[in-house]
Amino acid sequence: MTATPIALRPRFTLAGNPSVLWALLVLAIFTLGVTVLAEGVGAGVISTSFVKTLGKTLCLCLAAVAMDVVWGYCGILSLGHMAFFGIGGYAIGQWLMTARTTDIVAQNLAGQPLPPTPRELEQAVASQIFGVVGAEDFPWIWAFSDSLALQLLMVVLVPGLLAGLFGWLAFRSRVTGVYLSILTQGMTLALSLWLFQNDSGLRGNNGLSGLQNIPGLDQWGQDAISIGFFWASALALALGYLLFAWLTSGRRGAVIRAIRDDEARVRFLGYGVEGTKLLVFTLTAVVAAIAGALYYPQAGIINPGEVAPLASIYLAVWVAIGGRGRLYGAALGAALVSLMSSWFTGGGAPDIPLGVYTIRWTDWWTVLLGLTFVAVTLLAPKGLGGLFDLVPRRANRQGDWGPDDGAWRSEEGQP
Amino acid sequence: MSTLLEVDSISVSFDGFRAINNLSLTVPDTGLRAIIGPNGAGKTTFMDVVTGKTRPDSGRVLWGDGAMNLVGLSESRIARLGLGRKFQRPTVFEAQSVAENLDMALRNPRNPFRVLFAKRTPEDRTRVEAIAEEIGLVSHLGRRAGELSHGQKQWLEIGMLLAQDPRLLLVDEPAAGMTVGEREHTTDLLGRAAKTRAVVVVEHDMEFVRRLDCRVTVLHEGRVLAEGSLDHVTSDQDVIDVYLGR
Amino acid sequence: MRFLLALAFVLLGSAAMAQSLQDLLQADPEAVSNPSRRTVGEVLDQLVDSGLPEVPQFLERWQGKEVWQRASDGLFFYAEEDGEGHVLYDITSGEEVGRAGPRDIKAIKPNAGVRGVIGSALIEFQLTDPDPVRRQAALAAIADDPAPEHLEPLRASIAAEEEPSIRVRKERLERLLSASFEDDREARIAAIGDLGSDITVEARAVLNRMLASEPQVAASVPADANLAHAMTPGSAELPREAAYAMLVDAGLAAPLVTDNEVRDALVAAIQDGKVGDMAVAMLGTDEARHVAYDALALRDGLPPRVTEAEMEAALDSHAFWQGYVEPDQGITQAAERALASAETRVGVYKTADVALDAVSLASIYFLAAIGLAITFGVMGVINMAHGEFIMMGAYTGYVVQTLVPDYTLSLILALPLAFIVTFAAGVVMERLVIRHLAHRPLETLLATFGISIALQQIAKNIFGTQARPLTSPAWLDGAWVVNDVLGIAYIRIAIFVLALLFLGLLLFILKRTRLGLEVRAVTQNPGMAASMGIDPDRIAMMTFGLGSGIAGIAGVAIGLYAKVTSEMGSDYIVQSFMTVVVGGVGNVWGTLAGASLIGILQKGIEWFNPSNTLAAQTYMILFIIAFIQFRPRGIVAMKGRAAGA
Repeated sequence: MTATPIALRPRFTLAGNPSVLWALLVLAIFTLGVTVLAEGVGAGVISTSFVKTLGKTLCLCLAAVAMDVVWGYCGILSLGHMAFFGIGGYAIGQWLMTARTTDIVAQNLAGQPLPPTPRELEQAVASQIFGVVGAEDFPWIWAFSDSLALQLLMVVLVPGLLAGLFGWLAFRSRVTGVYLSILTQGMTLALSLWLFQNDSGLRGNNGLSGLQNIPGLDQWGQDAISIGFFWASALALALGYLLFAWLTSGRRGAVIRAIRDDEARVRFLGYGVEGTKLLVFTLTAVVAAIAGALYYPQAGIINPGEVAPLASIYLAVWVAIGGRGRLYGAALGAALVSLMSSWFTGGGAPDIPLGVYTIRWTDWWTVLLGLTFVAVTLLAPKGLGGLFDLVPRRANRQGDWGPDDGAWRSEEGQP
Repeated sequence: MSTLLEVDSISVSFDGFRAINNLSLTVPDTGLRAIIGPNGAGKTTFMDVVTGKTRPDSGRVLWGDGAMNLVGLSESRIARLGLGRKFQRPTVFEAQSVAENLDMALRNPRNPFRVLFAKRTPEDRTRVEAIAEEIGLVSHLGRRAGELSHGQKQWLEIGMLLAQDPRLLLVDEPAAGMTVGEREHTTDLLGRAAKTRAVVVVEHDMEFVRRLDCRVTVLHEGRVLAEGSLDHVTSDQDVIDVYLGR
Repeated sequence: MRFLLALAFVLLGSAAMAQSLQDLLQADPEAVSNPSRRTVGEVLDQLVDSGLPEVPQFLERWQGKEVWQRASDGLFFYAEEDGEGHVLYDITSGEEVGRAGPRDIKAIKPNAGVRGVIGSALIEFQLTDPDPVRRQAALAAIADDPAPEHLEPLRASIAAEEEPSIRVRKERLERLLSASFEDDREARIAAIGDLGSDITVEARAVLNRMLASEPQVAASVPADANLAHAMTPGSAELPREAAYAMLVDAGLAAPLVTDNEVRDALVAAIQDGKVGDMAVAMLGTDEARHVAYDALALRDGLPPRVTEAEMEAALDSHAFWQGYVEPDQGITQAAERALASAETRVGVYKTADVALDAVSLASIYFLAAIGLAITFGVMGVINMAHGEFIMMGAYTGYVVQTLVPDYTLSLILALPLAFIVTFAAGVVMERLVIRHLAHRPLETLLATFGISIALQQIAKNIFGTQARPLTSPAWLDGAWVVNDVLGIAYIRIAIFVLALLFLGLLLFILKRTRLGLEVRAVTQNPGMAASMGIDPDRIAMMTFGLGSGIAGIAGVAIGLYAKVTSEMGSDYIVQSFMTVVVGGVGNVWGTLAGASLIGILQKGIEWFNPSNTLAAQTYMILFIIAFIQFRPRGIVAMKGRAAGA
């Protein structure tokens, strides 16, 4: 077996994928470093709110990695993955809000001469939560909101079913390319418009709030909770990264990438293209939802604007800037662009006086981002991840060269 | 020799233009067969119909001993039944290595969940190497397919077809753009493959067809004009009129 | 027959007068100076019968508390305050007849009821007043507060009415009054029947008023009740609680003891941490509270709780129904028939109205989407910045309007200018970005998105976040109103015309010009077109410019009826995409079909659920996703081998 080409590895191992190992190592060092420096448990160099920002960033990285798999590897430019992210947030938010409000209401009612009946308690909670939209009862969509376990199940189930149904409809009618992107955008728009309605039962444009208070963990304080969520986010990112590194390796990875480059040819090889696409689409949607379920308790509030099509397009932008077709590129892009966005728009960047006009970054950051993005697409299609190609490495590289070389799909978007 | 594929009076039209007009054809289960015809004769459409890409307006495509009707089945289902297709333009996955291209084509379970948890066995690797040997790309296994020359890509695609281990190979203009040496190699490849399975070559290059030395079907305007050995059909007056006469 | 006399006096003037107004009033001065509702009628009859020309003016002033009586001789005057005292004027001639000190005269102040009666009498005069404005005012007063006594004078005034519009109005009002107040039952029913063909809001309100009904309850339905329909307790119309509340209100059942009352009673009875013999801590469920309350009720004589069975029995033993306020069944039946007939007609007009709305919305979508469809069809490129080109067009219109104050002129200037600005922007974008991403539609989509957010933010930085007005010229204000139901704003008609114009223009360019021929060639087979000497780069540039230019014009049109903001583009972009996807690419007719389908669909859904336009959009998008299942390549799809490539 001396002539066995090293280009075919029998199974996925970390040793065979040094980039995965490196990525996980960087993540571990980063997590430990932040913990040591954090306000709540360590040296106090990093404030609690910045720990939360970093934790949220890790969740965005996870969503970006999922987006990279569905777009960079499978070729489906989904403009709906932030919608799944939002659904995850809403699902966990329902439990957080119900449990938290129940605690508060129970405390308030404890001062009354008679102990409250279950019905009184429920009504008080409901009017507390839904008073802002003029309702007094729990809508049907909150049926499981008193159970953490069921609501966690919803985090996975609702986006899974939605993505499964949508994907099944779209893929079986062989909608591809730009058409598919527009259709996913339509789905996202429909979802956010539905959430904006008061009578959809999710508090309309008020969204869900107070999610940073974790019921039962009040004695911990936000310092410790923020570190806890930071760790949970890091762990989720690590697991998600491993999952997707596994998914995109070996023959299954080859098939997924082959679908991206020429799905008709894959069909003639006998593979069920629709099934594979559906699997990737649904799996990434579920991971995005899990990322969202970790993100929103750190953000504290979710509203329908977060589900709007724009958020999903930004997700694609992050992946593109980071470099699609490689998982670490997507994570890097998401981290860098989202942190820079909050720095620039948060007034962190100094204004540039030009004499007649002062460039305020709060006003001009979006312009810069948009133009940078155009420049990256035009001039550096490999994105930031392309920088890693400059590092010398062994010649016998396995796997993917990315979609940009050799993946000219001229048939796409053509009538 | 029993019949592997029977095309039974199929018709296809696009916007009123009849690409295939009541075409009937049978293919035995081993041996080489060439289909020739001028541009627009319906050669590619015929392959599209057989492989499930285009659904005919009428007619049946019967497959194998059970005479299963292929019309209405998906492309991947038909491919799994043992029907391999090589496109006119070499279509290999250029972003992946030669080995990966061949490995993907290997005859293995195609169910998405089986694919998800599939491992590459030592047998798989042996097969990949054997095929690479056959198509003369064994020293290129680690290269990405996009870097190959045009002729090498054609062979890689034929290799992928062989890896699929199909019962019927549909090959569309395999010699297009090849040098004389490459053509010979290609003829040998197809000839060897035809010993154990049916190979149908669609071609309009007469010289290449002559090299194949097999039974020839001449298509014209979507129907069979003549059938027989190359010498027989080239002496047919109709064929001379519509095709060779030009 | 006093109105006939009144009529006669209008026509003939005051020739036949015998008696002066003052004489007439002095016949019974008490009835004038101190009128009551009972007595005033007689005086009014006499005044009207007299036919004196000054009567209307007198009635008006009488009603307006402007008639004064001199204490010394009881004569009536009009008066005007002048320093300490008043100047007196004769009630017939209006001439000044002297002065009076503050104590010499007394103002006559009829009460509200009397003033109402005077007003009614006055309306008879006003209905025949030579001044059409006053006649219209009188009709408006009757419509505001119709009364039975208006019917006869109104009817009498119709024959002599010369102003056609007022005559129509009088006739309509006469029908309404006749349907409401006609004494003769048969005539009234006939009049009600006539209203069936009247779709005005006014007429339907009259019918609805006749059909006013109230929920009623009794042991059984009385024989003389004018029953609208029976009601079942527990139905959606009458929940059990509401039904029982009706019984309680009618004194037919004991009031329920609500859970809150139970709680309050228990709280009041807490002693030493116990209620009766139950610990307070145990009262955390409804069942425990009920048990405790029942015990308490027995001990302290509180009202007992009404059990479920008692409630059931009470509901079962009574009949509930909606009863008409109008006792006469013939009238209500006629009104019901008329209303049903009117509603049917209203439905027809409403459908027409929704159709007009849908057409105008479709025009907007067509204008917004056609540029996108052209670029998509020819180049396979989705331009995410298309919405921002719409926005640029609208802001161009706004800037032109700030420079050129004349709205008509500025509109005429803005349309071509918007085209030029966005055409140039489109060409620049094509040359700098899109050309370099040929054959990579997904990358193009994202790159144009980058341009889109940059343009949006730049607009925000220049023009601020608040909406800017784009005022339409006066001749585009207002609406074309057919009736109370059917109407459409002129601006929407203008947009429709604009859309038609562009449809025609594009068809002309594509079918009749060299450019169109080349564009079609490139759409169908780029390689072949290039080999025939058509420069695909030039075609792409021109096409992109054309598509962007139309977006600019669409921007001006949209800005005229909606707000101009930096985000207006994103409001239309998804709908535009949907229009293109549904219609099928590469074909003007496809876009037209897509826009029509989406416009009709959106308005149709809004019609069924008018309160919720968000829901309408949600359903529409879901419908489109489903639609794509059946026609993945749109309504007008290209067929053949080109489609499969």
